[in-house]
Amino acid sequence: MNINIINIERVAKIYQVGSEEVHALADVSLKINENEYVAIMGPSGSGKSTLMNILGCLDTPTRGLYEFTGVSVSNMSDNELAEIRNKKIGFVFQTFNLLPRSDALHNVELPLIYAGMPNAKRKERARLALEKVGLADRVDHKPNELSGGQRQRVAIARALVTDPAIILADEPTGNLDTKTGEDIMTLFAELNKQGNTIILVTHEEYIAKHAERIIRIRDGLIESDTRISGRIIPNGDSMLAP
Amino acid sequence: MKNYLFEIKEGLLISLKAIRANKVRSVLTTLGIIIGVWAVVTMSTAIKGIDISFQEGVSSLGSDNLYIDKWSWFNNDIPWWELRNRKNLTMEEFRKYKEAAKLPLAVAPTMGTRQTIKYEENSVDFLIILGTNADYIKTTNLDFSDGRFFNELESAGSRNVIVLGSEIAKKLFPRGDAVDNYIKIKGRKLKVVGVLKEQGSWVMGDFNPDNQAFIPIGFLFKYFTRENWGTITINVRAPNSQSIEAVKEEAIGIMRRVRGLKYDEINDFSVNQQEGLLGEIDKSVGVIQVAGFFITGLSLFVGAIGIMNIMFVSVKERTKEIGIRKAIGAKKRTILGQFISESAIICLLGGFIGLLFAMLTALIINQFLPTVIQADSVILAIVISLLTGVFSGLAPAYTAAKMDPVDALRYE
Ligand SMILES: Nc1ncnc2c1ncn2[C@@H]1O[C@H](COP(=O)(O)OP(=O)(O)O)[C@@H](O)[C@H]1O
Ligand SMILES: [Mg+2]
Repeated sequence: MNINIINIERVAKIYQVGSEEVHALADVSLKINENEYVAIMGPSGSGKSTLMNILGCLDTPTRGLYEFTGVSVSNMSDNELAEIRNKKIGFVFQTFNLLPRSDALHNVELPLIYAGMPNAKRKERARLALEKVGLADRVDHKPNELSGGQRQRVAIARALVTDPAIILADEPTGNLDTKTGEDIMTLFAELNKQGNTIILVTHEEYIAKHAERIIRIRDGLIESDTRISGRIIPNGDSMLAP
Repeated sequence: MKNYLFEIKEGLLISLKAIRANKVRSVLTTLGIIIGVWAVVTMSTAIKGIDISFQEGVSSLGSDNLYIDKWSWFNNDIPWWELRNRKNLTMEEFRKYKEAAKLPLAVAPTMGTRQTIKYEENSVDFLIILGTNADYIKTTNLDFSDGRFFNELESAGSRNVIVLGSEIAKKLFPRGDAVDNYIKIKGRKLKVVGVLKEQGSWVMGDFNPDNQAFIPIGFLFKYFTRENWGTITINVRAPNSQSIEAVKEEAIGIMRRVRGLKYDEINDFSVNQQEGLLGEIDKSVGVIQVAGFFITGLSLFVGAIGIMNIMFVSVKERTKEIGIRKAIGAKKRTILGQFISESAIICLLGGFIGLLFAMLTALIINQFLPTVIQADSVILAIVISLLTGVFSGLAPAYTAAKMDPVDALRYE
């Protein structure tokens, strides 16, 4: 069963900088199915984040088609896009992007608040998500009371909590040391094993190796799209609760 | 619907968190609101007090009264030197007027003097002693807590009797045994025959009957002043308020005749009326109102600008936060609601502080004026601060709501 989640055709994103046009994405077509684990690779400035923002419905393409879970999002209003982001997409950012004044629980709760879930139910869901990323004992810690790796786990819990169709991670290990980054990658692998669809942006080869498919882009164009054999399958103790 | 309530509640919680994080700034920016709310509540409290006092004071004078006088209470068109050059009203003229007047219920001459009054070691300085006759009481609404007014016989005979206002009686006779005791004025002994019931009005001040004493006018002329040293005032009581104009017409006619004025000469006396007094009071209350609303409006406007400014700063500072919220699904109206409710809460907070100050001020005002904060001015204060908050939050909140999520997330 290959259920299509993402289908973009001939997408371009062009920025007008002064009199010059910057083709952040020149002409990109791409299909991603359910339960895939995709790494998007490329040098800095190649258009990875731009692609990610479009896939995540944070941004709209200048031209081209985008179907998300079989529904065209090209002509959707801001509010409809917000609803899709809220219910179907989980973001993980390089800089964690947690609300600094809120504790871990409230940060994870936030998407459920916007989804209108009642208080008791969403607290329970948020707690479960934090448990899943191994932070059951840190629910009432504020971001500045957590390490970088723990912050990123909170962010992953926040991405997971709505049970989204896809998790988008833009350089999630970029601000972490190698060891902590490796732990986060193990977590992603586990999540993928449990059925989550994951798209990972990175410019580091060894991080990309965790994925089962690597899409390389350069200057806003797809350079290659390969399924890899030498994939790193994390072993050792599972980071996830059963 | 449920979702909206939910969003409002969440917006409020978020706002409280943000406000708590910037306590000092929040309080400082609400200064305008605090002053505005304080001004509007204090002003309406004071005006209410003034209204009540004047109403009380005026009704103690009696609302169907006219006062024939050398002076005009409101020198509308007549220059003051002309008033000064008028002839004094005399007892002779009073008698002629009384003889001729058919319409009034009662008429009485009065003349005041300021004297010190003593009983044993108690004394009251510089109070108004009103000389009049027995009919005076019929021209007023005054009641007695003890005793009576002096009678025809006593006034015609210029006897040494006195009626005390309640305040004077209290000061001279703390034990309340005034009647039948003798007080002293300028060494003259006068017997207290009555004590007036308390009128309880502040605004009338010395002219409040509470702070006056009444003696036969003949006695006054004999020992304390001379008839030709000043003018008398003739108190005229109309049977009812409908007849007051007719009584006035008659009074003017008689007085012109008594004074022998020719048809082309203007009146050299005035017929004063409380109605005019009330109008005058309304005028000054109006001035207070206009000034108060001006101050209120101005400080609220300044307050609103301040709040708007701080909200713009807050939106700018929290650009990243807005980006995060949008990325995880906050809609435009959610962000809009968040910042508007934040601004509304800050203003409400200011409103409550202003209200608190106004309550303290009301306690002070209450020493002088019979008033408390009115429920409607409390509601007004809350509504005003809420509206100011919403109004000044509108533009910053809109800026926040329409931010592009990608740009907002990139903001450092
Ligand atoms: N808002 C923007 N305005 C102008 N140019 C932009 C904007 N966002 C991105 N770009 C340009 O688009 C290109 C791709 O950027 P990006 O997607 O962030 O690259 P990557 O994430 O691969 O480093 C870069 O050349 C960048 O300068
Ligand atoms: Mg990037």
